[in-house]
Amino acid sequence: MSYIIDRRLNGKHKSTVNRQRFLDRYRRHIREAVNDAVGRRSIQDMEQGERITIPQKDLSEPIFHHGSGGRRNVVHPGNKEFQQGDRIKKPSGGEGGGGGQKAGDSGEGDDEFAFQIDPREFLNFLFEDLELPNLVKRQLEGTRSFHLRHGGIVSHGIPTKVNIVRSMRQASMRRRALSAASRKRLRALKAEHEELLQQDQSPQRRERLAELEEQIARLQRRLERIPFLDEVDLRYNHHVKVPRPVSRAVMFCIMDVSGSMNQDMKDLAKRFFLLLYLFLQRNYEHTEVVFIRHHTSAKEVTEEEFFYSRETGGTIVSSALKLTLDIIKERYPVDEWNLYGAQASDGDNWNDDSPGCASLLENELLPRMQHFSYVEVMPRSHQALWDQYQGVMERNGDFFSMAQIDAPGDIYPVFRRLFKKRMEAA
Amino acid sequence: MTVTESKLLSTGSDWDFETLDRYDRAIAELAHGKYGLDTYPNQIEVISSEQMMDAYSSVGMPVGYNHWSFGKQFVEVEGRYRRGQMGLAYEIVINSNPCIAYLMEENTITMQALVIAHASYGHNSFFKGNYLFKTWTDASAIIDYLVFARHYIAECEQRHGVAAVEEVLDSCHALMNYGVDRYKRPTPISAMEEKRRQREREEILRQQVSELWKTFPDLQPATQRREPNFRYPAEPQENLLYFLEKNAPLLEPWQRELIRIVRKMAQYFYPQRQTKVMNEGWATFWHYTLLHDLYDNGQVGDGFMLEFLQNHSQVIHQPPFDSPYYSGINPYALGFAMFTDIRRICEQPTEEDRHWFPDIAGSDWLATLKFAMESFKDESFIQQFLSPRLIREFKLFSLFDDNERDYIEIDAIHDERGYKAIRNKLSEQYNLSIQEPNIQVHDADVRGDRSLTLQHIRQHHRPLDEASSREVLRHLYRLWGFDVHLESVDNGTVVERLSIPDL
Repeated sequence: MSYIIDRRLNGKHKSTVNRQRFLDRYRRHIREAVNDAVGRRSIQDMEQGERITIPQKDLSEPIFHHGSGGRRNVVHPGNKEFQQGDRIKKPSGGEGGGGGQKAGDSGEGDDEFAFQIDPREFLNFLFEDLELPNLVKRQLEGTRSFHLRHGGIVSHGIPTKVNIVRSMRQASMRRRALSAASRKRLRALKAEHEELLQQDQSPQRRERLAELEEQIARLQRRLERIPFLDEVDLRYNHHVKVPRPVSRAVMFCIMDVSGSMNQDMKDLAKRFFLLLYLFLQRNYEHTEVVFIRHHTSAKEVTEEEFFYSRETGGTIVSSALKLTLDIIKERYPVDEWNLYGAQASDGDNWNDDSPGCASLLENELLPRMQHFSYVEVMPRSHQALWDQYQGVMERNGDFFSMAQIDAPGDIYPVFRRLFKKRMEAA
Repeated sequence: MTVTESKLLSTGSDWDFETLDRYDRAIAELAHGKYGLDTYPNQIEVISSEQMMDAYSSVGMPVGYNHWSFGKQFVEVEGRYRRGQMGLAYEIVINSNPCIAYLMEENTITMQALVIAHASYGHNSFFKGNYLFKTWTDASAIIDYLVFARHYIAECEQRHGVAAVEEVLDSCHALMNYGVDRYKRPTPISAMEEKRRQREREEILRQQVSELWKTFPDLQPATQRREPNFRYPAEPQENLLYFLEKNAPLLEPWQRELIRIVRKMAQYFYPQRQTKVMNEGWATFWHYTLLHDLYDNGQVGDGFMLEFLQNHSQVIHQPPFDSPYYSGINPYALGFAMFTDIRRICEQPTEEDRHWFPDIAGSDWLATLKFAMESFKDESFIQQFLSPRLIREFKLFSLFDDNERDYIEIDAIHDERGYKAIRNKLSEQYNLSIQEPNIQVHDADVRGDRSLTLQHIRQHHRPLDEASSREVLRHLYRLWGFDVHLESVDNGTVVERLSIPDL
């Protein structure tokens, strides 16, 4: 009578679609929670899931139900001391105990709905609507950088790519077209033949019949000669080569570590770098990072050293840009890598160095890079470097962006602004 | 000793498919042979906990259409399960033929046996025997219908967009409790028939304008003959979704079809909502009885029984009202206690029982139990069979709350004077037509501004919750397409009126 079935191997993610629909519906809430989390979290744990809470009232599924008021009876178990006719004072202001308890059954006083999204979803929400500028600029030579994509149906090709359905359809169309006239005539002749057979036979009629039969036979032979499949019918699947963007990217983090940069500023810069790094990582299969710090001279360092060791002294920004250029020339050929630069500084620079920086950036680095962003982590008036860079931005708006960050809360909005999906580019 | 050993169905807590099969046979032999339970064939499916969560969040439908609310449920279940705040139910059982029951792979053999007895024989025989299920649901057609619904909705999503479909479904879900016929008997459905009829309806609707809104009275002799101030609908309609499906002026055929699907679901689940206590009580009674029989036959050992009894007592635990764990009356506890009590009344009636239950005291317990299972729903079951002894055992008492007084009165407790009152009140507590606001379609102004008026008839002067009613009205407005009003009627006079859009 019973069948016992092992279903454990069946798909388990039956609810994925529904879950996704749910996330889509509450996109706004989730995005807010994600933005909050970005402001709150330390850099290291950016790549984690997040607990999202949504006010219960926003996702309620309303139904008609009774409100408080009126008369009601509730039966409860576990009576200890009550006697019939006992009266219990209602708590002032609130509704009756019985009613209150009943209402508590469904809600439990929970006014927030909380759930977890996983790290991947977290990043998806984080980077939603963002786009890397100039993503598909570079292509790697050789076969690896192409992939084949279906490119329609063509009439010439190699036998292995014959599209049978299309070819047969073509053949059928041709057969019908070529035979149309003959078939029509054949029908007419057959009809006449039939008619003659019904009538009384006479010599003329018999002669006509013979003539008809011969014509019919000839037409039928002609019809049979139409080939079932002809070379012109053949159709082939066509594939086109689509260039694939280089899947490797390198990111240059350039930071000023002169005495005027304190740890807070570095932290701000670090957050910005990290966002950029995560963002690149999502878009490229392989991402490398080069850390360059500078005061009066620049040096390539490890991440640890980059963020935490202290230096003092003046600031010459061009030294870092020069080092970047050298590293690019030495290790990262432009045709194999996507290059991104991010510079953070408090804006201090030796005044006569700034014009040099701008021209170095504009003439040497930008032509090689996908994008270069500059953030100034200083809540005060801008200095020469900013002005110079502004000029660069006016001339190279697509490849260069700059912004000022005052507090941790600013980072994410600034980041979003820098990488906002550009509709006109699409 | 060796003889009993050899009769054991299993040792240890692990299970495999052969053991499951042995248990199923042993239980079936008792259930069918000894007790004569009538069941659908069983389909027992072993699933993993993830799959259980999926099944959970699709409200127990094995094949569900896609909707965000199921996703919400899933996210909630998943979160609570992962944080350890909630164990998953041991079983889910579906009212279908064959009757599908899910077993979770993590469970021990004891739990599997319990679930088989509980779901595959307890619930199963209830689905087959109870009059509500017999009348309202068609176990052999439901799976096909669910598949049809899922495909149809997926097709609509492709044709009209996910958002458009979701909107309609949201609105239908809000009115789902008002998508059932409470009194009219339905005709059985089959998926094939349903598909054919759906196409037919769509065709007809395409060919003719809704009868309601024909605007050329001259061409419509039937319309002309109507009284100038005739009322539509002539009688109040309780099935809001049905009314909308047939009469909403602006809906596309596919939208009407979606309403119909939600309506059918509501109707399918309606008996389950009315028989919670009975259904769970019946199943619990049978797993208790059947597994005890296995023990008496020496087919299971002491360890098995200890584990089983521990689980069983958890299931039927009823915390008192002042306990922090109290969340209303546990249907398992009440149901189990009542069925056990009926058996006791039949087998060992006391004087009190003879006085209260002259018909069944001393009668054949199995026949009485089956009669009770087949012929009642929670409300009438309690009204009929709740004995004074149980009222005492549960120490039931009743609170009366009138918002015009500043105190709550204890109007009955578990004593001689209170038994009848408690029984009536508890029964009423399970009466859906009292627990749910009584709302009906009162008037559709087909000759005027096409506004739709619903009436809520207040019982015990209880008002509607305004905020949620407003939300639901908004959904109703979406489906109806013109102004909607909700009047609240107390003692024959309209005391409150809600309108969307706001006047």
